[in-house]
Amino acid sequence: MTTLILATLALAPLAAWLGGRSAKVATLLALWPLGLTVWFASALRILLQGGVVTDHVAWIPSLGLNLSFRLDGLSAVFALMITGIGTLIVVYGAHYLDGHPERGRFQASLFAFMAAMLGVVLTDNLFTLFVFWELTGFTSFLLIGFDHEKESSRRAATQALIVTGAGGLALLAAAVLISQVTGTLTIPELLSDRGLLTNHASYLPIVVLVLLAAFTKSAQFPFHFWLPGAMAAPTPVSAYLHSATMVKAGVYLVARLTPVLGGTLLWELPLVIIGGLTMLGGAYRAVQETDLKRVLAYSTVSALGTLFLLLGLGSEAAFTAAIVYLVAHACYKGALFQVAGVVDHATGTRDIRRLAGLRALLPQTSLAGLLAAASMVGLPLTIGFVAKELVYEAGLKYALSPFALVPAVVVGSALLGVCGLLAGFGPFFTPGAPPEGSHRASAGLWFGPLTLAVLGLLFGSAPGLTSGVFSLAASAVAGRSVEAHLALWHGLGLPLGLSALTLLLVALLYRARKLVRARAWPRSLGFERGFTGFLRIMDFISGRIGPPLQESSLASYALTFVLSAGTLVGVGYYLTAERVSLDGLLDVRAYELAISGLIILGAIGAVRARTTMTAVLCLGTSGYGVALTFLLFGAPDLAMTQFAAETLTAVIFVFVFWQFPRVDQASARLVKLRDAIIACGCGVLVTLLALDSATLPTTRRLSDFYAEAAPSLAHGRNIVNVILVDFRAFDTLGEITVLVTAAVGVVALLRIAAAERQGG
Amino acid sequence: MLLVLPIIVPMFMAAVLLLIPWVRVQRWGAHVGALAQLGCGVALFHRVSQEGIQVLHVGGWRAPFGITLVADTLSSILVVAVGVVGTAITAFAFAGVDPRRESGGYHPLLMVLLMGVSGAFLTGDLFNLYVWFEVMLVASFVLMALHRTTAQVRAAFLYVTLNLLSSSFLLTALGILYGQSGTLNMADLSAAWQQNGPPRLHLPLAMLFLTAFGIKAALFPWFFWLPASYHTPPAAISAVFAGLLTKVGVYSMYRVFTLLFREVPSWVFVLIMVISAVTMVVGVTSALAQRDFRRVLSFNLVGHIGYTTMGLGLLTPIAVAGSLLYVVHHIIAITNLYLVGGIFLRLRRGSEFERLGGLYRTYPVLSVVSMIPIFALAGIPPLSGFVAKVVLVKATFAAGAYWLGAVALAVGLLSVLSMARLWDEGFWKPAAPDADKAKPIWPMVVPICALTLLSLGISAAAEPLLQLTSRAADQLLNPEPYVRAVLKEP
Repeated sequence: MTTLILATLALAPLAAWLGGRSAKVATLLALWPLGLTVWFASALRILLQGGVVTDHVAWIPSLGLNLSFRLDGLSAVFALMITGIGTLIVVYGAHYLDGHPERGRFQASLFAFMAAMLGVVLTDNLFTLFVFWELTGFTSFLLIGFDHEKESSRRAATQALIVTGAGGLALLAAAVLISQVTGTLTIPELLSDRGLLTNHASYLPIVVLVLLAAFTKSAQFPFHFWLPGAMAAPTPVSAYLHSATMVKAGVYLVARLTPVLGGTLLWELPLVIIGGLTMLGGAYRAVQETDLKRVLAYSTVSALGTLFLLLGLGSEAAFTAAIVYLVAHACYKGALFQVAGVVDHATGTRDIRRLAGLRALLPQTSLAGLLAAASMVGLPLTIGFVAKELVYEAGLKYALSPFALVPAVVVGSALLGVCGLLAGFGPFFTPGAPPEGSHRASAGLWFGPLTLAVLGLLFGSAPGLTSGVFSLAASAVAGRSVEAHLALWHGLGLPLGLSALTLLLVALLYRARKLVRARAWPRSLGFERGFTGFLRIMDFISGRIGPPLQESSLASYALTFVLSAGTLVGVGYYLTAERVSLDGLLDVRAYELAISGLIILGAIGAVRARTTMTAVLCLGTSGYGVALTFLLFGAPDLAMTQFAAETLTAVIFVFVFWQFPRVDQASARLVKLRDAIIACGCGVLVTLLALDSATLPTTRRLSDFYAEAAPSLAHGRNIVNVILVDFRAFDTLGEITVLVTAAVGVVALLRIAAAERQGG
Repeated sequence: MLLVLPIIVPMFMAAVLLLIPWVRVQRWGAHVGALAQLGCGVALFHRVSQEGIQVLHVGGWRAPFGITLVADTLSSILVVAVGVVGTAITAFAFAGVDPRRESGGYHPLLMVLLMGVSGAFLTGDLFNLYVWFEVMLVASFVLMALHRTTAQVRAAFLYVTLNLLSSSFLLTALGILYGQSGTLNMADLSAAWQQNGPPRLHLPLAMLFLTAFGIKAALFPWFFWLPASYHTPPAAISAVFAGLLTKVGVYSMYRVFTLLFREVPSWVFVLIMVISAVTMVVGVTSALAQRDFRRVLSFNLVGHIGYTTMGLGLLTPIAVAGSLLYVVHHIIAITNLYLVGGIFLRLRRGSEFERLGGLYRTYPVLSVVSMIPIFALAGIPPLSGFVAKVVLVKATFAAGAYWLGAVALAVGLLSVLSMARLWDEGFWKPAAPDADKAKPIWPMVVPICALTLLSLGISAAAEPLLQLTSRAADQLLNPEPYVRAVLKEP
């Protein structure tokens, strides 16, 4: 499986090349996902015999991050959806984007996404899951932004990336916590010690983080807004990523971790509440929309809510219902999105108020729409019907509060049914003329939706075909063996009655659809505005702190440096210092005092100087004072060097600065006072540190060695010289380099200046 | 002998280049010099991984009397990184820097800079470290100021003044340290302090070193000099600054805090964690509102420094390993992105967002090649940034510093936002109608492709790299072998 996934990723450049050619050539690309579908379908045989398929390639074993994959029933259902629908989408996309200059890149991103999504559902390692999870988000970013010259597309792409990215980081945090508690990251090992997690103090944060990840990825309230925004992507992408596969990654995560983390109220209640709210809210918003794709987007949000709700119910019946509903939804919604794309392609509009009478123009597409709508409404013989029966059954069995739950599910289903009719029935069978300029659709366009819609019919009419796989998948969610009872006919009972009631409601609401649309209240709860508001706040903060960080005056930066250093060192000194002993320090000669006075006066003079020249001369005085002290304390070489350096500096400064005007005296009195206090404080601090370190009996190891070794080993009598050119010659090498570099700079600047004078 | 080559080779080449007046020959010379340095670095790395810590007493004067060069795993990794960056930059420079800088000595100055950085990574002596900082500072200052436009001179002046302030802090610290301990050899200090206990003033000393190196590493609240200056010089200069200079500060912090200041009270390390966290938050947040490709990079660079110092605050093997891995990833990715900025400078004559756009339409392959470092910097898996981030999050959680892990994750998200905008503005959005017709040229594209491949290689070889940085972390946290290697009698 590792090979298959990596090969899919590696085929992306080939997809870019082939995909960029004619639609017929690009169709050939579908052979790869088709092959994958066949591979996974044939692997089903092993699963049905009770086996699993595993694969393990080490990547970063010391992190526990490996490319380890495990195909079980749940993974197989998802993998088949990904590769099967992927095949159809590659064909559909090749025709949909025929002639588009960037169609090759589209196919490449699609292949990359397919690899990532397969990784998500096949891996049994939580870190690896995180890696692929983020990769699906990133490829989704690229695909939403496909129409990248439109600002709205780019904004939607970034929005989706950030919202799902936040969830991804939550997933990472959860994975780290889980590995901390259990010491493992692989799901089979997690399954074996379940109680460890649910009884641990970290259980609450783990659940919160996992659900955050799932809810953001699967567009649950209040993070749902990115999904309708993602409709900026071309329709094949909406059909594939944003209805059939990627948005179900959150559902997959919850299903996968239910046997590990589930079975508690803490896990199930948020799923039921958030799932239920999203189911109702999404369906309600869906019927108010007029753009075909937005109708379908909100209905997808609602369906995802239903899936979470089912997983939260926690019963075997509910798990089975979730799996069947998942597949049913992928079939009819994938088909309807593609139908919407064909309609858009053929008529140039997606406004359901303008679409009518397309049946004659698009016969095959209208058949696909009709079949898909039937499944979404839940007419018998479709898989939608089977799924809905199971959902009602599970709802009725819900121990906590079936009386609140069942009506909500019925209303949600009815509203979704209306959406199905709006998208799959209305445009074709509403009497009226098609919009002007409409044209027919090629076979490459209607092939995908029709296949999916027919599949929905097939699965619904022959439930025996799939019940084995569905049982396996449901067992994986439940963590124990579950037998899925799929039947055409569940017998007379409450579920059937509810189904009939739903159909009635659908019919009534569809007739009154204009009324429903008019009563649009509230249109939006403003979570999208909340998100953009958050971005705006971040930008505002950023805009306020950015400029001072790069445009303030040098003086204020220097002040920050000195003040922070002074504070840190001062605190450090305060915590460690003992009282400075002045013994032996008070034994001062008068000339020493005089020299100190000279240094201090020089410093004061430099600060108070009104011209640069005065300041330089005052500093020079200080420097001479320092050199004198060197002389007095027995370092004549050093003193000579210091005299030379001070003199040279003064001379150079005089040359450079003689034409500079008076020093700017703009600082206010208070500012000066503040600066003076800080400067004096730091001065005192450094003095204290110097005094303190001077009072220590320093080891004389180095000077003793130098005194001894200079004449004998290094053959030089001047110790300072020997240190400079032998003991520490490497320092001198560095300092020479500094001087040469500075000289190079001076020469270059002078040459530039000369050239400028000549040139202008 | 191998130890001194990464320092001497570029120095020699700098001297040769100063004597060659022809710019074209200089380009080749610089490239050969950088390649040779890379070769020496790789050889040294190989030697260190085969035979353990390498020591060279320069001039034959034993530690602590002479200057000692030491290469442990961390130093050898970083010296290789210097070679990689140098090679990429000198290749990029074939496309031409600006004529003024090139004739003014760009190539020899770059060699001096590489020499200084290698010296800092290899020296075992604190005063010698100070000297290498001076070498780096003067070389980078001259490189920046050479062009003499007002903005660049202002930036260079700010840069040099603030960095000199850092140097003076460092020098003060060295003076006090010498007064207290009578030696500046790090291994000697470490051994003496281990034996007799640290001197009384080690806490204020630690603070002085923290400030001095914190300024060099561009940590909060000392990073102003970086965003105020890094966006002005051309790509062939800013890329090498961004890739290497701050890392020297980070490296030095790790060195002194693991060798010397092991006994400071634990709040110092908490302080380092807080400083790292604030640096990350402030840096990346400030990047959001910037409207210039290179300024966005500068602020992200600052923000990401926090990831590299987190490990020092946590001081656990896994945390240090994570931070060092981040350093490796970051050197490659940020250098590459500044080079991408160079493409914009050529194609659009600037890096302000208003001028950018349209690259994805016209140059899809180049765009994808640039996309990889952009989103690697944002930490999107499986690109190179994410491995280090996972390690760091694991390390913070394991140490109980959940808040720091949360900050790291949240900053990661802001980073994604900032980088997605960079991608939007540079590549996705339509080009301005008056966009230039200049084309990217091979000398620019080749190093970018090579660095991108290296970035991908970091992901693929994450396991051996993580083992490597774990070994480096181990050597930092258990310095006895380092000390023994330096002080052992010949």
